[in-house]
Amino acid sequence: MSQTRLKTRFDQLKAEGRSALVTFITAGDPDLATSKKLLMGMPGAGADVIELGMPFSDPMADGPAIQLGSQRALAAGMNLKNVLAMVREFRQADNDTPIVLMGYFNPIYSYGVDGFLKDAAQAGVDGFIIVDLPPEEEREFAIPAQKAGLDFIYLCTPTADDARLQLIADRASGFIYYVSITGVTGTASAVTSDVDAAVKRIRQHSDLPVAIGFGINTPDQAKTMAGLSDAAVVGSAIVKRIADNLDENGKAKAGLSEAVLSYVQELADGVRAAKA
Amino acid sequence: MNTPNTFMAGPDEDGRFGIFGGRFVAETLMPLILDVEKHFNEVKDDPEFQAQVQGYLKQYVGRPSPLYFAERFTEHCGGAKVYFKREDLNHTGAHKINSCIGQILLAKRMGKKRIIAETGAGQHGVATATVCALFGLDCTVFMGATDIERQQPNVFRMKLLGAEVRPVTAGSGTLKDAMNEALRDWVANVHDTYYLIGTVAGPHPYPVMVREFQKIIGEEAREQIMEQEGRLPDMLVACVGGGSNAMGLFYPFLDDTDVRIIGVEAAGHGVDTDEHAASLTGGRPGVLHGNRTYLLQDDDGQIIEAHSISAGLDYPGIGPEHSFLFDAGRVEYHSIKDDEAVAAFQLCTKLEGIIPALESSHALAEAEKLAKQMSKDEILVVNMSGRGDKDVNTIAKAMGTVL
Ligand SMILES: Cc1ncc(COP(=O)(O)O)c(C=O)c1O
Repeated sequence: MSQTRLKTRFDQLKAEGRSALVTFITAGDPDLATSKKLLMGMPGAGADVIELGMPFSDPMADGPAIQLGSQRALAAGMNLKNVLAMVREFRQADNDTPIVLMGYFNPIYSYGVDGFLKDAAQAGVDGFIIVDLPPEEEREFAIPAQKAGLDFIYLCTPTADDARLQLIADRASGFIYYVSITGVTGTASAVTSDVDAAVKRIRQHSDLPVAIGFGINTPDQAKTMAGLSDAAVVGSAIVKRIADNLDENGKAKAGLSEAVLSYVQELADGVRAAKA
Repeated sequence: MNTPNTFMAGPDEDGRFGIFGGRFVAETLMPLILDVEKHFNEVKDDPEFQAQVQGYLKQYVGRPSPLYFAERFTEHCGGAKVYFKREDLNHTGAHKINSCIGQILLAKRMGKKRIIAETGAGQHGVATATVCALFGLDCTVFMGATDIERQQPNVFRMKLLGAEVRPVTAGSGTLKDAMNEALRDWVANVHDTYYLIGTVAGPHPYPVMVREFQKIIGEEAREQIMEQEGRLPDMLVACVGGGSNAMGLFYPFLDDTDVRIIGVEAAGHGVDTDEHAASLTGGRPGVLHGNRTYLLQDDDGQIIEAHSISAGLDYPGIGPEHSFLFDAGRVEYHSIKDDEAVAAFQLCTKLEGIIPALESSHALAEAEKLAKQMSKDEILVVNMSGRGDKDVNTIAKAMGTVL
């Protein structure tokens, strides 16, 4: 495998003996300028990998926190072109922190798969998590993305049996994202013993790094889950901090980005304390 | 599709009708959807299961539904002979129950204890709550807050039947949002829950499965018209929300290319405005709710809220098989505006003593237009997909009457 930004980052953390903190925000939430500031500040606050949400009108796999974030972003005028522009700008300042775009297929399909992959690669995107593209639909986007040298990160869930794990492992690149709850984002907390067993099971099928997400809601949980895997993904809890710092008109209050980034710092401290 | 001389071959093993359909769902749901498909394939040709379904359709639903010659409606149009396929006479008052009987028996076979459903007009919610009462299963129905407002009688019926009705406030609080919320619930409750989808949309195998359970409408109509007229009809007309009553009527006639087939979309305030629900006439292909199909969407691929006076047609998508038949040119899709549907509702009520559902009124309005252009020896069959008692509040409001 070629030395992608994701591989470089995970190799480097492995050498340091610690897991990654993966942070999620939706591009454009709560407005374009604030969102850009949050994105730019993520690496400094301790994010090792950034998941950047591409907002969608119908986020079927997301709980209330990310649904609202997506709505705020769309209301603020975010679209796929602007998401790529944000990544391009980020890359001018940071050429090391991997960025994975996360979202749903329709905006990409609407943009046109080939054109989107070309533009995303040029902007400095490293990979994709597309919630409504299971392996059964790999021809739509996963295969073309991997052919274009970008990672397609598959989700793997508690509902998968060994055959399904193998099916996913055979196709995955970048890392494997273990969805630690059966449910939508931000609605429950993962159970440590279940996750431990699941990660061990995944490792029997794949050498890729394993990240845990969907069920991590506090710095403490981030620490625990980082201890069990190669990365802890935190989304809804960060997006809730954005919502907490809006005024009654839904506009960003002064100090929003500082508040959100200091929370990211707390998460990073948790993750770094996991495997010292 | 491999067999170019039939329109009835789809879907393929990937759940595609041409480029439409598929399984665009979250990974958590994949094992379950494959399991639904496996069970459906088992029962599809199982005489014992089919006999069970037929038994309930006959004794409980009241099938076959009549094919009624609407004499005064025909006289009014002054053209083709118009027949109504009377799905409104089914138990619960619409075609939705046909697929609910089939799916609930499948869910029971799969050992599921809890049923969830989305509903727009409330007809599918009522039908689902009904079969859940019949089989003693737990039932939760997701319904948009806007729809709850305009379909109060059905909301109360569902509650009487023992279902929990969960209001959905996200988006515009209509059918699309209810479907999102049902999918979210399903992801969280895969272990014991079956999602009983109300139309020929969603991930494979739902579009084919619902069609198979609804095609009895067309099979009966075919037999009945042969009996009453000794020949096939010249035209079929049905309204299209997700498209289940239409697929049910159309499917058995798809390869009879002398039969002209018309699906009627809801034009709301007009397809040239941004308030309509005509996804084929005014949309383009995209991916939502598990399948690729024509969708109302903006330049960025964000889904646009649909609008129709009829809650059951107020959906920005359409079943994938309709998208296929549209592109293939086998079925024509026309559209009818809110006020035209309201007028047809009143016309049918006065002329025939049949209060049609607002959804079906769209088909009636188009049938009226088309019958007028046809000759007296031609035959038109329109699907009376449901009864309109649920809509009297909406009609009163449209007529400016305070109840
Ligand atoms: C009476 C009636 N007709 C038609 C529809 C539209 O659904 P479909 O297009 O799946 O038949 C509904 C939906 O609620 C309905 O209640």
